[in-house]
Amino acid sequence: MSASALPAFDRRLVPLSATMLLFCAMVVFGALAYDGFLAPQVFLNLAIDNAFLLIAAIGMTFVILTGGIDLSVGSVLALTTMSAAALVEHAQMSPLLVIPLLLVGGAAFGALQGFLIHRYRLQPFIVTLAGMFVARGLCYLIDTESIPVRDPLFVTFAEMRIPLGASSLSFGAAIAIVTVAAALWVAHATRFGRTVYAIGGNARSAALMGLPVGGTLVGVYALSGFCAALAGLTMTVYMLSGYSLHAVGLELDAIAAVVIGGTLLTGGVGYVAGTVVGVLILGIIQTLVIFDGTLSSWWTRIVVGLLLFLFCVAQRLIEGRAK
Amino acid sequence: MLQATGIVHAYAGKPALDGVDFSLRAGEIHALMGQNGAGKSTLIKVLTGAEVLQRGSIVLDGQRIRPATNREAQRLGISTVYQEVNLCGNLSVAENIFAGRQPQRRLTRGGGIDWRTLNQRARTLLAGLDIDIDVKRELSSFSVALQQMVAIARAIDISARVLILDEPTSSLDSDEVEKLFTAMRRLRESGMAIVFVTHFLDQVYAVSDRITVLRNGRLVGEYPAAELDHAALVAAMVGRNVAPQGASGSATADRKSAASTRETPEPPVLRTQDLARRGSVSSVNLEIRPGEILGLAGLLGSGRTEVARLLFGLDRADAGEIRMSGRPVSLDNPAQAIAHTIAFCPEERKTEGIVEDLSIRDNIVLTLQARMGLWRKLPDSERTELTNSLAQLLDIRAGNLDAPIGELSGGNQQKCLIARALATKPRLLILDEPTRGIDVAGKQEIMNQLARLAAQGMALLFISAEVDELLRVSTRIVVMRDRRQVGTLPGGCSEDQVYALIAAPAEGLSA
Amino acid sequence: MNPAARKLLALPLFWPCATLALLVVLNAIVNPGFLALEWRDGHLYGNLIDILNRAAPLALVAAGMTLVIAARGLDISAGAVVAITAATGALCVSATGSLALAIAAALAAALACGLWNGLLVVAVGMQPIIATLILMVAGRGIAQLITGGQIITIYFPPYDYLGNGFLLGLPFAAVLALAVIVALHALLTATPLGLFIRAIGINPLAARIAGVRARPITLALYTFCGLTAGLAGLIISSNVKSADANNAGTLLELDAILAVTLGGTALTGGRFSLAGTAIGALIIQTLTSTIYSLGVPPEVNLVFKAALIFVVMLLQSAEFRASIRKLAVRPPEAA
Repeated sequence: MSASALPAFDRRLVPLSATMLLFCAMVVFGALAYDGFLAPQVFLNLAIDNAFLLIAAIGMTFVILTGGIDLSVGSVLALTTMSAAALVEHAQMSPLLVIPLLLVGGAAFGALQGFLIHRYRLQPFIVTLAGMFVARGLCYLIDTESIPVRDPLFVTFAEMRIPLGASSLSFGAAIAIVTVAAALWVAHATRFGRTVYAIGGNARSAALMGLPVGGTLVGVYALSGFCAALAGLTMTVYMLSGYSLHAVGLELDAIAAVVIGGTLLTGGVGYVAGTVVGVLILGIIQTLVIFDGTLSSWWTRIVVGLLLFLFCVAQRLIEGRAK
Repeated sequence: MLQATGIVHAYAGKPALDGVDFSLRAGEIHALMGQNGAGKSTLIKVLTGAEVLQRGSIVLDGQRIRPATNREAQRLGISTVYQEVNLCGNLSVAENIFAGRQPQRRLTRGGGIDWRTLNQRARTLLAGLDIDIDVKRELSSFSVALQQMVAIARAIDISARVLILDEPTSSLDSDEVEKLFTAMRRLRESGMAIVFVTHFLDQVYAVSDRITVLRNGRLVGEYPAAELDHAALVAAMVGRNVAPQGASGSATADRKSAASTRETPEPPVLRTQDLARRGSVSSVNLEIRPGEILGLAGLLGSGRTEVARLLFGLDRADAGEIRMSGRPVSLDNPAQAIAHTIAFCPEERKTEGIVEDLSIRDNIVLTLQARMGLWRKLPDSERTELTNSLAQLLDIRAGNLDAPIGELSGGNQQKCLIARALATKPRLLILDEPTRGIDVAGKQEIMNQLARLAAQGMALLFISAEVDELLRVSTRIVVMRDRRQVGTLPGGCSEDQVYALIAAPAEGLSA
Repeated sequence: MNPAARKLLALPLFWPCATLALLVVLNAIVNPGFLALEWRDGHLYGNLIDILNRAAPLALVAAGMTLVIAARGLDISAGAVVAITAATGALCVSATGSLALAIAAALAAALACGLWNGLLVVAVGMQPIIATLILMVAGRGIAQLITGGQIITIYFPPYDYLGNGFLLGLPFAAVLALAVIVALHALLTATPLGLFIRAIGINPLAARIAGVRARPITLALYTFCGLTAGLAGLIISSNVKSADANNAGTLLELDAILAVTLGGTALTGGRFSLAGTAIGALIIQTLTSTIYSLGVPPEVNLVFKAALIFVVMLLQSAEFRASIRKLAVRPPEAA
């Protein structure tokens, strides 16, 4: 933060600051309540276990920044795991071919949704809902059972560990970190990224300012599809299987992470970094529940819902004051 | 520098511009004036590529041009700043200026947007307009006036030749207007040609060098600002002679006429005392008695509609008092106003009036039903009878009253809205431009109807841009200018008297 | 086209009815026994009756959803509400053994859920999708909290009646759904509510200026939508004799939105048809049965549903119709 911004603290940073404080509070609580909570590996595991959620949530962040929503990410993710497994194991295709193919496929799937939304002025909710049905249905068409992946390259990836001091990071987590870095750059330092913000701020103005609104919208959904596919590949590596029931409801977690990360659902305001913290909060809730041992898993959902509620109400209050 | 000749433009066969000439010199501020529907906005759209030129020619610096999009016009050197700021409030000031044209770093230095250069250039640009702000702050944290300046900065950075300002002052207070004018003068010095569209007559004289007046899609004339006085300008805009007359004289007449009406025994249905709302209107004092039609005159943007919105609870007043039949009432939403037997026909018939896909009958009974609450439904026989009789009374010409109201002509839709108001048997009926976009015969019918309603004892507030209409039916006429009530005239007064009040220069601002 | 046919095509329920008829005919061809009805043990049996019974919960939820959508809203929490009510009902019936108490508790929970959604939309002013997303996320957690994470099996014969019983020879659930829809229709025509909902949906600003009080109406609609989800929850839990917090009513809200759309209700608000929604629910259920009888994996149903959504959605888009019209007009010009 530059010194000039300090006197008038940007009120739009309030949600993000609240999120970070919340994360710190949870860590402090965990450290006080449970032994071994502060071990570095606990935090690296947050990244390892939530890598695919993080990647998908990054794509979702861009969509929500334009004021849209993408319900298809969970299904596209599952479809990617299924296709990867089927192509590599059943069709004996080289993973070096399958991986780029699936990434392009995910982007194309998203681009098609974006095209329908932009060209025919359809509601993003409905279009991506249909997209969600299509992708999940296609999974079942491939196979209703889980397909194990034994391909050497995938197995190598799965076993790969990047040492960090005494602890280590998985391949998927590394991909997620690279994705975050790329997303930060795209959001902050490219015309595409800035146009995303402009559309979320005021789509009409953006068009009158001569910005490429249509292309950017299609691009944003394509990006979300790409991220979902990348998340799918990460999950294939993580689980070493393709399964049509992978990532059911992941889109809700992704949306929750984005909102908790301080991105306004009406678009235009939010940060990729916030989404990272949002995902970490979801992860740490789960970690706390596990560490506690007596708490049941459903508390995760309830707490996430509660956080979602608090953040949405806070957003309304901020918007109200802005007017 | 820019010469438009013989511009003819029609929307779906309806002519909006008919052989208009317009010329613009480098280093001048040129005011474009005209009433609603005069063709100002169409002319601007043609110049800026929002509409493609149909007939005529536009020559810029000796070259014929025919911009097909906003972007193309910008490339040619023509930029526009609109009334409502068309920027993104969530982006920083600097970004708004350079959105879509951000300076890029060389790939060898990492590529991407060069924020340092961008912010630096924004600072320099704004300094040229005498503005010193933190360009990294988000735009929405600044006043509308500053946002307007940022829009101008963007426009001149894109193309520093022709700048069109379309009603830029509508939402500014007088200090901010003065700042804007200073910037405009400075740009004029630098050789830029500025087209200035506004409804505020005084502002025209404060900055303009020349004035072009349009009326009904035709050119009335082009005048040096110094040679055209207020009365002559208004005369050119409305198309009739306005006798020059001091504003002070009619203000005294106004007090007398107010005193004479006070002799009528019945208490006023509505009386407002210093009713005001920030950014809307200041100090409105109205009094309407049963059987009276109070006309509300004024140019577009004078605050006519704002008064109606306050009286119907669409906007909340932040000062003053409203009394109905002597008792103070609070009108916080339309439902409350309706409960106090006020009815309203809004100006924007399509967006605020009719519910398009509902039948004519449903549209007519809607307000009555809403007042009856959620559970009591008007029995079908009564509904049919009521809508039939209202349709007959107002002569609504529809083959079938169960057809969607969207299928009716504008005039018949308007009658349906009056019918909706009458169905609630109001004591006070507010009509905002009920005759707009309606043919002559339709207008006459509506005027006759208003007179009939007043004769039955209803109180009416009749808002219209057309003074002759107001004079034909009004008992008294209140004149608004620059969002203030500037005088009241008796019903029998002449059009000249009304125009004299509408056109009188304000004390504060002058060239 | 002759005028009579044109008139028939213009009827709002023509396309939903035609789709349903087509599906039924298709089934009858593939499976000759499809249309057979049999009177056994004092009530009707057959594929058609089965479809009626299974479509009942969906029709109920979709009926509530129709009104919410008609007033420019949306409720995506219905599936979660089903899980909560099923859990409440199951728990209550196991604990007290009283059917009345179980129903009352379940419906009270459902009403509370609906009221919560409505308050978020009306009082807090959230967008409907977001407001109901909160309950969608938290709802299944709450349901698991109620059931203690177990699938509660219901051993209480009277409770079975809700989802498996028969009334007047017809499945009780179907009769209940029909009764709710008919009562709702009666309410909307006997009061000005239907008029107000359409006015709010078509032009909220004009409705406000005309004096319609949108807030209490919107609140009531969300509450009612919660209630219909509650009824569906009771039927579903009784049908499978258990309450499964994770899987009861999954994607039900999406099926309901699909049924509403298929029935000819505009997703943009205003125009709505309860009868259309009921037919829409039947179409979805018949489609499911068709897929079963064709021997295709039942999960592929999702693809068919998606195709249906795309078709209906594009047909409702003015821009799409315009571009189709252009395509239809262009060839003669090009030649």
